[in-house]
Order: sequence, then C-alpha cells, then structure tokens
Amino acid sequence: MKPRSLTSLLLLLTVAAFLLSLIAGKVWIWPMSWAADNADGWIFLELRLPRAVLGLCIGAVLGLSGAVLQGYLRNPLADPTVLGVSASAALGGVGAIYLGINLLPFGLFGCAMLGAGLSILLLLAISRNGGPVGFILGGMVLSTLAGALTAFVISIAPNPFAASEIINWLMGALTDRMMADVWTALPFMALGVALLLPTGRALDALTLGENGAKSLGINLFQLQWFIVLGVGLAVGASVAVSGVVGFVGLIVPHLIRALYGEQPSKLLLPSALGGAILTLTADSMVRLVPGPSEVRLGIAMAVLGAPFFLLLLLRYRKSAA
Amino acid sequence: MTLTVRNLGFARARQPILDGIDATFEVGKLTVILGPNGAGKSTLLACLAGLLKPQTGTASLHDIDITNMAPTARARQIGLLPQGAETHWAITAEALVALGRIPHMRGAGTSTDDRRAIAMAMSATATEGFADRPVTQLSGGERARVLLARVLAGEPEWILADEPLANLDPGFQLDILNLLRRQAEAGKGVVAVLHDLHHAVRFADHLVLLHEGQLFAQGSVDDVITPANLAHVYGIDANLFNDEEGAGQLFIKGKVRI
Repeated sequence: MKPRSLTSLLLLLTVAAFLLSLIAGKVWIWPMSWAADNADGWIFLELRLPRAVLGLCIGAVLGLSGAVLQGYLRNPLADPTVLGVSASAALGGVGAIYLGINLLPFGLFGCAMLGAGLSILLLLAISRNGGPVGFILGGMVLSTLAGALTAFVISIAPNPFAASEIINWLMGALTDRMMADVWTALPFMALGVALLLPTGRALDALTLGENGAKSLGINLFQLQWFIVLGVGLAVGASVAVSGVVGFVGLIVPHLIRALYGEQPSKLLLPSALGGAILTLTADSMVRLVPGPSEVRLGIAMAVLGAPFFLLLLLRYRKSAA
Repeated sequence: MTLTVRNLGFARARQPILDGIDATFEVGKLTVILGPNGAGKSTLLACLAGLLKPQTGTASLHDIDITNMAPTARARQIGLLPQGAETHWAITAEALVALGRIPHMRGAGTSTDDRRAIAMAMSATATEGFADRPVTQLSGGERARVLLARVLAGEPEWILADEPLANLDPGFQLDILNLLRRQAEAGKGVVAVLHDLHHAVRFADHLVLLHEGQLFAQGSVDDVITPANLAHVYGIDANLFNDEEGAGQLFIKGKVRI
C-alpha cells in the first residue's frame, strides 16, 4: 500500500478507536445520549470524553517520542523511558502522594512535572557535547536513581493504604480523569510535539552517522535540545497525568517501520497515530474486562504488547535467517 | 577557487594532533592526504569539512573562515564522505542518495532540482540499477558507490573523502578512484585521505604528506614520493619507476634497515 493511503487508513482507525473509547465501558453510551441530560450524558461528559482525549494524546505522544528516540539513537530498542524522564516524573508523583500534596489541585501534576523538569535539566547538563552515548548513560543513571528513590518512598509509606495508592498510581491508568486534567497536560504535550515533529530531516541525516549528519549542515547540539525538551515535556506530562504506561513507545515505531520502511522521518506522524490507536483500544478493553475493578492500563498494555512483540521478533528472525 | 589552511593546529586533551599546517587545495585537482596511522589525516579533513574547529590558525574557503560559515551554506559547498560507510537503517539506495539534498531542501518533499541532482548522481555512479534496494542488502562495492552518489547529489564544489577505499576489493577501489578522478576533471575540488601509496601515485594530482601532526611535504607525486621521504615518514624502502606504458608506479621493497 502507498504511504499516503496507509496514513489515511491510520487516521480512520484513530477516529474509530476514539469513538470506541467514548462508547465502550461498563455502561455503553451511544452517540444519541451524549448530549442527554441524564446519567449517560454526565458519564459521557465527565468521564468518557476526558479519558478518550487523554488516551489519544498520551498514545500519540508516546508513539512519537519512541520513534524520535529510536531514530536519534539509531537503536530500535530505545523507548521514551531511556531518558529517565518517565521515572523522574513518576518519582515526583509518588512524592506528591506520600506528602499528601496530591490532595491540592494540580499538586500531583505539578510535582510530577517538576520531577520531569529536573531530569531534563540534569540530562542536558550531563550529555553536553557527549553525543548519544553520554545521553543514554545519563538517562540510565537518572532512571535507576529515580526508581530507587521511588521504591524508598513506597518502603517508608506510613500505612498500607498509602503504599497501595502509590503503587496503583504508578501502574498507569486513565481512570477517573477530568477535563481539568486534559487542560493542564495538553499544553505541555502540544509543546513537546511541536519540538519533536520537525526533527525528521535531522534524524534522516543521522542514518549516515554523526559526521555524515554534521557535514550535511545538521546542528546535532540543537537537535539534542529539541529531543530532550520535546520528549521531556510530552512524556513528563503524560506520566504526570496517567502514571507510567509502557510499551507504546517501544512497540509502535516497530509496527510502523514494518509498514512504512525504516526512514526515520517517515515514521514520526504514523507512530503518533499508531500510539493513539493502541492506547485508546487498550484502554477501551480494560473497561470491558469483567470484574469489580479495572485492569490497570499499564499492565494491560504490557500483557497485550509483550507477546505481540515476541511474535514480531520471531518473524523477524525467520526472515533474517 | 581554493580551500586553504593557514598555521592550522588542533589538540585533543592537550595532545597535539595537528600543528602549524599550511596547505592549499585547488579545484579541478584530486589532492590526496597521505601519512601513517595517527599522522592527523582525518583530523585535517574534518577541519576542512568544518566538523572540527581548529584551535589555532584557520581553514578557509575562498578566504571565508569555514567555522564562521552557516552550516547549511557550508554543506552546500563542501561535501564529505565520512569514514566507515555508516548506514544505520535499511532505507533504499535512492532514499540514501536523496539525503545528500538535505542542505538544499526547504519545506517538505523534493523539488525538481532535487530529483534531477539525485538522478544525475546515481547515473554518474552507475547505481540506478539498485535504486529500490535497501542499502543494507547491497554489496560493499555497491554501497560505497551509493554513498559517493549521496555526496554528489548535494552538488558541492568540494568533495572530501575520508578513507573511501577501506574494506573494498581492488576492483571496487578502482571504481571509486575513477569516480573521484572524473569529478576532479569535471572541475570539482576533490580531497581524499588514502592509505594506499600505489593508488596515491597513480591517481593524485597533488599530495599532502603528514608526519606526526606536521606537514612533511606537499606537491606533485614526483616531489613528495621520494625514497628519502618514504623512508623517513613510513620507514619503508621504496622508489618510483615508470612502467612499460610510461605511468608512474611505486615499488616497495621492504622496511628500511637501520
């Protein structure tokens, strides 16, 4: 299929997944009752709509960040967690819950963004002139440190309820989000996407290695700033609003690569769409699984994503052999 | 139309790599930079390409300091074929050649100029036959030609090549050398770092011989490839002779006995 018709198809699927996310759940709410002044109408406006919008944005942001990072590091195993921004944002969120700041309006979001912001500054300082290797090592150190501190906060939680609240939040979910969450997260994500989308040509140039890219007039230092800030803001905001949702950023660019070929610039927009489709669909599924409480989105994504990814790897090995 | 370095010096971690280099490179000529491993050949080329900023002295293009040029403007005039033939993704040969147009591109997509330059670069290197094949599936010789086509597609006035023959079989080495030679004859300035003295003798118009970070000799093949210079710089016992067709050839007898 031609890339253009493929993209149209992905757009169509994104719209379909968005509609599914609006409609599906313990209570099915069909479009005719969206504007109704009854329980269905309220569920739609207060619960479904913000949840679907967040699912769309978070999925898109994670897919795009994954595609950009894989291109930048020229490594198909990279994903948005390699920068340590997710772990740092999660630490901020966990700290907020531990200190009770999450009860204040935007307290949790603010703390998580603070964590993300600090990690962005640290990364820029660490990887100054270091190129991708300094970058990835810095990210790993940040990730490990933030992970350890998060575990520490859980271990000193005053009571089992606090610990369980923290763990529950960490696992990532879109449950019970409000329009206010959408409006706080959206500007950061939009800014992040605006920084990431124009990197395509520079990522293409990196196919020739760093010297090749530089000789084509690409400013690698500037590119690194765009990527750290873009991924940091977008992924930081997504963690702040939904906890850590893994796998989207790793798996989606791979699927898109199989459809569009490997040129990095061609993967950016489709990966954003693919991420949105995957996240919206998975989030609709978790609502449909019977049981007293919902399966957490982060868990569902890993359970769905891991076998799929393994299958992909096996097929890849077969075709390479 | 010259690329000039004046009193150029470069050090890494206080270890001097290049020191006080004065040299001039001209369009229409194939200049070969020679010197043993660690002599500073690649560093000199990187300074010429604007990838490294010399700590002392200048590298300039038509009297404009290369480090002061806007990167895109520089990229349009100086093309570099980097060492190592890196290709990280399995993109098609044509898509790879198209990367050479990046300094000329504004907005999305390719212009008619871009497409014409890509087609010309691919025909000059006889790579049209595998335009649609992923570069990762090409043989070393084919990939080397595609990578050179990438540089040509940018239509630079200068073509700098850092060890363009590494890991190529003799036939493919000659393909690349002939292509570089033809570019010089077409009026481009070509500067190549080479290891093989035989090739340098056969193909170069001008030689720059580096030794331990300093300029040891420069000039024509006869001026630079002398038994005394080769013994001093490479520690080899070698001399030039003319073969039955009158072409200069190098004969290396062995290491110099001390």
